[in-house]
Amino acid sequence: MDYILAGLKEAFRLLFTLDRGTYTIIFLSLRISGTAVLLASCLGIPLGALVGLHKFPGRGVITTILNTCFALPTVVVGLFIYLFLSHRGPLGMLGLLYTPSAMITAQTILATPIIGALSLVAVKGVDPSITKSAISLGATKVQTTLTVLREARVAILAALIAGFGRVITEIGAAMIVGGNIKGTTRVMSTAIALETGKGKFEIALALGIILLAIAFLINAGLYYLQRVKE
Amino acid sequence: MNPYAIRTHNLSKEYNGENILKKLNLQLERGRIHAIIGPSGVGKSVLLRLLNLLEEPTSGEIYFDGRALRENERLKLQRRMTLVFQKPVLFNTSVYENVAYGLRVRGENRRSIAEKVKKALEVVGLKDYEHKGARNLSGGEKQRVAIARAMVLAPEILFLDEPTSDLDPRNVAIIEELVKYINREFKTTIVLATHNMFQARRLAHQASFLFEGRIIESGNAREIFTSPKDRRILRFIEGKIIF
Ligand SMILES: Nc1ncnc2c1ncn2[C@@H]1O[C@H](COP(=O)(O)OP(=O)(O)O)[C@@H](O)[C@H]1O
Ligand SMILES: [Mg+2]
Repeated sequence: MDYILAGLKEAFRLLFTLDRGTYTIIFLSLRISGTAVLLASCLGIPLGALVGLHKFPGRGVITTILNTCFALPTVVVGLFIYLFLSHRGPLGMLGLLYTPSAMITAQTILATPIIGALSLVAVKGVDPSITKSAISLGATKVQTTLTVLREARVAILAALIAGFGRVITEIGAAMIVGGNIKGTTRVMSTAIALETGKGKFEIALALGIILLAIAFLINAGLYYLQRVKE
Repeated sequence: MNPYAIRTHNLSKEYNGENILKKLNLQLERGRIHAIIGPSGVGKSVLLRLLNLLEEPTSGEIYFDGRALRENERLKLQRRMTLVFQKPVLFNTSVYENVAYGLRVRGENRRSIAEKVKKALEVVGLKDYEHKGARNLSGGEKQRVAIARAMVLAPEILFLDEPTSDLDPRNVAIIEELVKYINREFKTTIVLATHNMFQARRLAHQASFLFEGRIIESGNAREIFTSPKDRRILRFIEGKIIF
C-alpha cells in the first residue's frame, strides 16, 4: 500500500510544483490531440452535414462506414499509418514516422468518424422546418446548411468533446506511430504505460490524475450540454 | 404587367400514392389578400409549401407573373416571397437575429438591417424584445416575430399558414391588423390559409374553398360568403362540416 500513497504524494508534488517534464508531456498531449480534433472537425462536420441534410446516391454507404469507423481499433489505425510512413512504405520519404505529425494524422483518422457520425445525428436532430424556414427566408443552400449547423451547435460541440475524449486517451496508435520519444512524441497515455512498466509510478500517477481530470471535465461538459439542450 | 402574382395549372400533389391536391387551377391577383379556406387536413399547408417552392408538385405548373419557374432563377424568385409557417419555427438565437435573418442572407449592410429590424419589431409590438431569446417567447410573441421576420423583407408575396391558430383573442386581433397593414402598406399579395371562415371574411378580398383535394369555388370573397354557389360552402358556413 505504501508505495501507492508515496506515489500519489509524489504525483501531487509534480503537479503542484509545475514539474517541467510532466507538463511537457501534458501540453504535448493537449497540442497533438487538440490539433487532431481541429482537423477532424474540418472533415467530420461538413461530412456529417452533407450526409445528414442531402439525399444522394451512396449516402447509406457513407453512413455505414462512419458508424463502423466509430469503433475503429486504435492499434489497427496505428498499424496502417505505420505501414504507410515507415521507410519502406509509400510515404516513407516524408520522414514522418515517430513525429507529432504522424500522431496527429492517426488521431485525426480516429476522431473524424466520431465527429462525422455525431454531427450527422446532430443535424438530423434539427427540426426540418428550420431548413424550410431558412429557404423560405431566402437562404442559399450553403447558408441553409450553416443555419442548421448553428441550430445544432450544442450537439456538435458535444461531438467535438467526444472526439477529443477518444484521442487524448488512446494509446495504441500513439505508441506505434509516435514511438514514445521523450519531449517530442511522449504523450500522457504512452508515458503512463512506460513509467508503469519501469515501476516509476509517481509520474504515471500524476499523468493518470490529469487524464482522469480531463476525462471528468469532458463528461461533465457533455452532461452540461445535454442539460442545456433540454 | 400580368395581373396575377401566381397562377397554377393542374397543380397536383401526391404523398405515398395518395392524392392530396388534385389539379388545382388558382389565380391569385396581385396586391390582394387571398384566403385559402378548407377543413383541417385538406392540404392547405401543402399548397402553400408548393407555391413557396419548398416542395415539388407531383404534376402541374406554377406561374409567377405569368412565367413558369426557371431553375436558374429559383433563388431570385424565392427571395421575392416568403412563408410564415403554421407553427412558428424560430431560430435558436435572439429575437433580433431572427428578424434580421432574411436581410443577412441577402447581404444587406448592418445599418440598414438594424433600422429595418427595429421598425418591424415596433410594428408587431415587440419593441424591447431585440435581445430576448426567441425560443423563450409565448406563442403569440413567437408568431409576431415570425411575421416581423417576413415583413422586413417587404416581400411581393407573403404566405401565411393559419397564422392565428392556437392564439388568444388579443394576439389574433394584433395579427389580423398586421395582415391588413402589410397588405396596405407594401401592396403585398397575401395568401392566407385558414380553416376559420370568420377570419377569412374579416381579411380576404378573394377566397378559394378547398375541399377533398379540389377547389370547389373561387372568387370575390364577399360574394362567396354571402351567396355561395356550392352547397358544401353553405354547410361549411352553417358549421355543419366539422373542422
Ligand atoms: N410531408 C408529408 N408526407 C406525407 N403526407 C403529408 C405530408 N404533408 C402533408 N401530408 C398529408 O397531406 C394532407 C394535408 O395536410 P395539410 O396540408 O397539413 O392540411 P391542412 O389543410 O390542415 O394544412 C394530410 O393528410 C397530411 O397527412
Ligand atoms: Mg395546415
